Amino acid sequence: MTSKYVYHSNFWFEESEESNPFAARACYCSGYDVYGQVVPKAGWFEYLLLLFKGERSSPAMSVLLEKLAMSLANPGPREASVRAAMNGGVAGTNPGSALMAALAVGSGQYGGAREVAVAMELWQQCGRDLTTWQQRLRKPEQDERADIWAPMEHAPGFDPNGDHTPTPVLSTLELLTSLAPEQGALAWLSQQREELEHSVGYPLAMSGVAGAAFVDLGLNPEQGSMLFLILRLPGAAVHALEQQQMGWKKFPFYGDAIELANDPGANVSMANEGADS
Amino acid sequence: MSHRRLLDTESHWLTNRGKAFLTERVVMHGRDLHKQLGNYEWLHLYLFSILGRDPGEQVYRLLNYYYVATSFPDPSIWPNHVTALAGSVRTTPSLALMAGLSISEASIYGRRPEVRALDFFYRAGRWCDEGKSLTEFVELEKSQGRIIYGYGRPLASADERISHTLEKAKEWGFSDGRFLNMALDVYEYLRTTYGYSMNIAAIDAALAADVGLNAEEYQLFMTPIFLAGMTPCFLDAAEKPEGAFFPMRCTSICYGGPAKREWSDNKEETPS
Repeated sequence: MTSKYVYHSNFWFEESEESNPFAARACYCSGYDVYGQVVPKAGWFEYLLLLFKGERSSPAMSVLLEKLAMSLANPGPREASVRAAMNGGVAGTNPGSALMAALAVGSGQYGGAREVAVAMELWQQCGRDLTTWQQRLRKPEQDERADIWAPMEHAPGFDPNGDHTPTPVLSTLELLTSLAPEQGALAWLSQQREELEHSVGYPLAMSGVAGAAFVDLGLNPEQGSMLFLILRLPGAAVHALEQQQMGWKKFPFYGDAIELANDPGANVSMANEGADS
Repeated sequence: MSHRRLLDTESHWLTNRGKAFLTERVVMHGRDLHKQLGNYEWLHLYLFSILGRDPGEQVYRLLNYYYVATSFPDPSIWPNHVTALAGSVRTTPSLALMAGLSISEASIYGRRPEVRALDFFYRAGRWCDEGKSLTEFVELEKSQGRIIYGYGRPLASADERISHTLEKAKEWGFSDGRFLNMALDVYEYLRTTYGYSMNIAAIDAALAADVGLNAEEYQLFMTPIFLAGMTPCFLDAAEKPEGAFFPMRCTSICYGGPAKREWSDNKEETPS
């Protein structure tokens, strides 16, 4: 007897144990035996690319993804998604809660996964045309309708709060470009970086490097967005754990820094007011 | 631009939204939370927290009904399903409910259709203000390949919430608003021309437009709306045996990918 409720997959297949239809005897990822062959023989990044792309990638692509993953692994405690996880960790929240906080905050349009996705959409639309890039970076979205995402406030992939390209961004771009296809997105970004920075008025950000790397890995914006979120979780995790150990007394509490501009004072009456016009 | 604008807020945050003077008092949008807002019902306060003003009893009562009418305690509904899965594997209530709320910001139900429907009515209103016809606007949207959100519902052809919501709109004095009438006119056109149905997203958005909510306010207000439907689903699954919520057998994965193949040791032979 089987259930009438089935889930469809074009990359994952399972065979069950004879004794239990709810336990897998073998799992196949795009035809490859995961526990029989992939886990013993492949590396983590080779397997990640197989999962996302459905086909084996070249060793060069696995190295490119590995170095990108290392570059993204810990954005450090100044970065908003990591700070969010630290806020969870310091209060002794669940591990899942801390990482959910990192995922939510790290999904944003300023330095987050949404920015990577928008930048990757521009790669699809602009290709290697500098003039088109310069136009679209100023106006990345063309749909005038309101959406669950607010309009972009800066050129995607660049940092409006930056002055010069930070050294880690430059060194990551240089390393990844050396590992990427010669005619790829990273190579073009390396060549045109200064021109693009001059055009938008502020420097390239890590999100821009990541977006170009995902393009060179053959991923689409949704895939790049997901991987960007996944690859930054190690830093969020360890900073959350560290703050949990440090304790809340060492953690900033910004109460004194918040100035209320319209404080009614302590002597307001108890009366409730009616509707405001 | 440069980093210099960050210096202003590095150790100072000027706001008129609110502050907790801990151990003393709390101010929200210029009002003392406990003295001036203490008699509010919670959803009324939530609305105040978004708008920074009290829209009045009638608006609050109308919008409160959105929450009541959308509290479906049915685990087949996808956000509720996530919450039930969380209960089935014994995760915590907070993680369960946040996961369910998080996926409520979806494209085929929930937040995106709601925001897009609200935006549709505002844009249609501006179009009509120029003396052009509503049906022309609908056709223009369709010709651009755009979904007319609020018309046609996945998995069902009728929406049981509409008649109840229209009754509440009448009860609270919103039955003759410009955008509600527009929503009904659009429905009539799409029904007679294309056989479309209407769902609650159109009615809720039109009434929200008549109330004057903008897209961000509406999105914020609607975000927790599935909550009361989720908790029964969580509890129900948590009370039953671990892992018992619609378990999947291996053969329930219907596979359509490549056939079994060998993982060759020679990686250089593989394509890039």
